[in-house]
Amino acid sequence: MSKRLRSILTPIIAVLLGIIVGTIIMLVSGYNPVDAYTALWNGAFGDVYYTGEVIRQVTPYILAGLAVAFAFRVGLFNIGVEGQFIVGWLAAVWVGVAFDLPKVIHLPLAIIAAMVAGGLWAFIPGLLKARFRVHEVIVTIMMNYTALHTVNYIIRTKLNQGSAKTGMIHESASLRSPWLQELTTHSTMHWGIMIAIACCFIMWFLLEKTTRGFELRAVGFNQDAAHYAGMSVNKNIILSMVISGAFAGIAGAMEGLGTFGYMAVQGGFTGVGFNGIAVALLGGNTALGVFFSALLFGSLKIGALSMPLEAGVPKELVDIIIALIVFFVASSYIIRVVLDRFSKKGVK
Amino acid sequence: MDYVIEMLNIRKEFGGFVANDNITLQLKKGEIHALLGENGAGKSTLMNVLFGLYQPEQGEIRVKGKPVHISNPNIANELGIGMVHQHFMLVDKFTVTENIILGKEITSGGQINIKKAEKEVREISERYGLAVDPQARISDITVGMQQRVEILKTLYRGAEILIFDEPTAVLTPQEIKELIQIMKTLIKEGKSIILITHKLKEIMEVADRCTVIRKGKGIGTVTVSETNPNELASLMVGREVVFKTEKTPSTPKQDVLEIKDLVVKDTRGVTVVNGLDLHVRAGEIVGIAGIDGNGQSEFIEAITGLRKSESGSIKVNGKELMGFSSRKITESGVGHIPQDRHKHGLVLNYPIAENMVLQTYYKKPFSKNGILNFKEIYNKARTLIKEFDVRTPSEYTLARALSGGNQQKAIIGREVDRNPDLLIAAQPTRGLDVGAIEFIHKRLIEQRDHGKAVLLVSFELDEIINVSDRIAVIYEGKIVAVVNPKETTEQELGLLMAGSNRKEAGEETHV
Repeated sequence: MSKRLRSILTPIIAVLLGIIVGTIIMLVSGYNPVDAYTALWNGAFGDVYYTGEVIRQVTPYILAGLAVAFAFRVGLFNIGVEGQFIVGWLAAVWVGVAFDLPKVIHLPLAIIAAMVAGGLWAFIPGLLKARFRVHEVIVTIMMNYTALHTVNYIIRTKLNQGSAKTGMIHESASLRSPWLQELTTHSTMHWGIMIAIACCFIMWFLLEKTTRGFELRAVGFNQDAAHYAGMSVNKNIILSMVISGAFAGIAGAMEGLGTFGYMAVQGGFTGVGFNGIAVALLGGNTALGVFFSALLFGSLKIGALSMPLEAGVPKELVDIIIALIVFFVASSYIIRVVLDRFSKKGVK
Repeated sequence: MDYVIEMLNIRKEFGGFVANDNITLQLKKGEIHALLGENGAGKSTLMNVLFGLYQPEQGEIRVKGKPVHISNPNIANELGIGMVHQHFMLVDKFTVTENIILGKEITSGGQINIKKAEKEVREISERYGLAVDPQARISDITVGMQQRVEILKTLYRGAEILIFDEPTAVLTPQEIKELIQIMKTLIKEGKSIILITHKLKEIMEVADRCTVIRKGKGIGTVTVSETNPNELASLMVGREVVFKTEKTPSTPKQDVLEIKDLVVKDTRGVTVVNGLDLHVRAGEIVGIAGIDGNGQSEFIEAITGLRKSESGSIKVNGKELMGFSSRKITESGVGHIPQDRHKHGLVLNYPIAENMVLQTYYKKPFSKNGILNFKEIYNKARTLIKEFDVRTPSEYTLARALSGGNQQKAIIGREVDRNPDLLIAAQPTRGLDVGAIEFIHKRLIEQRDHGKAVLLVSFELDEIINVSDRIAVIYEGKIVAVVNPKETTEQELGLLMAGSNRKEAGEETHV
C-alpha cells in the first residue's frame, strides 16, 4: 500500500471508527442512531443556512489548525494557539473600534494587528525555547491563562461598552457581507473563509517552495544536520512560533471581524485553539489535510446543534463522538499497523 | 550432517525489490562463519530473516536438521539464536546486570533478585573471559565493554548461535584484538558464530568459512584457509579490487589550514583539545591518527563551526575563522564529511536531491528571491548521483532509504562538488565495504591532486597510512607527533597514539 494512500485512509478510518462507537453508545443509551445521524447531516448540510453556518465555523478551525500544524512541522508543539487566538481577537476588535478608515486600509490593518498580537504572544515561548531550552508546551499552556485573564481585564476596564463587551467594530473593518448572508438565508457566514483558504495556500507555499521552508522543515526533522548545514536552529525555532502565532491571531480576527463584530469577556477558553490541535492531528499537519479536517470538525459542531431538537439526542453525545474521533486519530498508529498487515497479506 | 543452522534457498522481497535471491548459508557447529557482502548486498536482510524479523517468501530454515518457522525474535531466542547488534540496545542509566536481565528478570516474591542475577552474570562473564563488571553503569563503560554486555545478554538467554553484526565497526584496534580472542573462546566453549562483516582482514584472521553474497544473490561459500583477501574481495565486488590506493607523491604548496594553540571543551566542560597546532597545505592529505576520545570529534567540530572554541586561532587561506558560524566557514571554502552521517550529514526524511543542496539551497541557481527552484535542484542531484555512483531508485527517494555506503557517497558528492579549498573527512569510510572505501579514497586523492588540502580523521590505521601524505598523531588533545607514512609502522603509530613519545616509540619498534 502506498504511503500516500495510507495517509489518506488513516484519518478516514479514524472518523468511521468514531461514528461506529458513537452508534453503539447511542444504541446502548436508547437513542435512534439513524435519526441522530440524519439530524446531524441535515443540521450541517440540509439547508443553505446551515451550510453558511458550517463555513463560518470552519474558518477559525482552519486557521487554528494551520497554527498548530506549522509549529509541529518544525518540531514544536504549540499548545498556546488558544491564547494567541484570544489576543488576536482583541487586537482586531480594538483596531476595528478605535479607528475610522477606508475599508481597503482598515480591514487589512485590523487583520495585521491580530497577526502581530498572536505572533508576539507566541514569540515569547519561542524565544525561551531557543535561548534557554524551556519547553514550549509548559510556557504556552501558562500563556493561555495569561491571555485569557489579561484580555478580560482589558475589556472590562478599558473597552467596556456595557454588558462586559467591547463596542461594535466599524463597518469598514468588518468581514461581514450582506450578499453572503442573503445567499445563505441570513446565516452568519462572512468573507473570512477566503482568508483561511489563502492561508492554507500560504502555509503550503512557505513550507514546500521557499528556502525559508526548506530550513524550517530541516530543523523539524534534524536539528543537528540543520546546524551542520549552516542554518540557524534558534532563529528558525523562534520564527516558526511567530508564524504559528500569527495564524492563530488571524483565527481570532475571524471571530472579531466576522462572526461577532465585538469581543465579550470570556468565561473560559473558547476551545478553538484546542480544537486546532485535533484538526492539525487529523489533517496530518499538512495544509490540505488541515482544510479537510477543519471542514469535518466544523460540520460536526454545527450539525450537532440540530440533534437535540430533531432526534432528541443530547448535544453532549456529539462532543463524545468528536472526542472519540480524536482518540482514534491519536491512536492512528494502531490503524496504520492494521493497514500494514492487510497490505502485506495482499502482496503474498 | 552436523549443521546447527541451515538457511536454504532463501528469497525475500520488498515490494518489487529482491533483497535476498536464493541464498544458502549453512553453519557448522563450532565454527565462525563469515557473511561477506557489500553494503546493501542483503546481509542484514538475511540475518533478520534468521532472527525472525522478516518472513522469507521462499526457502527453508533448519535448526539442527529440523525445519523451523521463526515468526518473531522470541522464537529465535528460544531456538538459541542470539544477535549482537551493531547499534547497541542498552539502557544507559542501568547497570550491566540490569541491562542483561531486562525482560528475563529473576524475581523472588515480586522483587528482582539482583544479587543472584549479578552472580550469574559474573559467572558467565568469567567463563567466556569477558571481564565485565556486573555492577558498572553502562554510561560509565567503554564502547568495547558495552559490546561485551551485548554478548553477555545473548549468552544469558542461552544462545548457542551468536550473530555478530559488524562488531568491529565501533572498536579501536586493541579492542578488536580482544574481541577476536573472545570469539575464539566462545567457539571453544561450543558456541557457533555468524560474523557479518566486510573487513577482509578480520575474516582471514578469525573465520573458518565464508559465505559471500553480492547484490542479493548468494555467490558461494569458501573455506578461509584456502582463499586470500584478493579472491574474497573480487567475489564480493564482482571485479578486481585494488588494495593499495594508487597515488603519486604529493606536491604540497601554501598552507590552507593553520591552527595555533587551539583549546576546545566538550559538552561536559572538560578541556579535550588542549593547545593543538596543525597545518595542512594545498595538495596534501594530512591524516589524524589517534584512539577514539582524544579530542578528534571536538577538534573537527571546532574547525567546522559546530562547537565553540575557547581560545587559539583557526585560519583558512590566511583568514581567521575562529568564532565564525558554520555557514560562514562553509562559504570560506571548507567542505566537511561529518563523522556521523545520520546525525549531521543528512536530513534522513528529505529526498536525496534536497540533501544534495543542504548548504547551497539559498544560492542561485537552486533558489531565487527565496523561492526554491526544484528543477535545478533535481538536475544537480541527477548529475551528482551519476558522477558519484550513488545507487538510489531515484533522486526523490528519501535519504533514509539508502544504504550507508550510498548515503556516504551522496555526502561526498555534495561536499566535493562545492569545490572547497579544504576538505575535512571525518571517518569517511566507517562501516563501508571495500568497493565504497576504494571509491572514497580515490576521490580524496583526486581532490589532493587538484591542489586542495585534505584533512582526514580516522580510527583505521590502514586507511591513515594508505591515504595520507603526512600523519599527525593526536593524544589527549594535542598533536604529539607528525610522521611520514612511508617511514612508519602500525606499531610505531600505535605506541604514539597510546602516549609514548617519538623517541621511545622509535626505539621500541627497532628492538
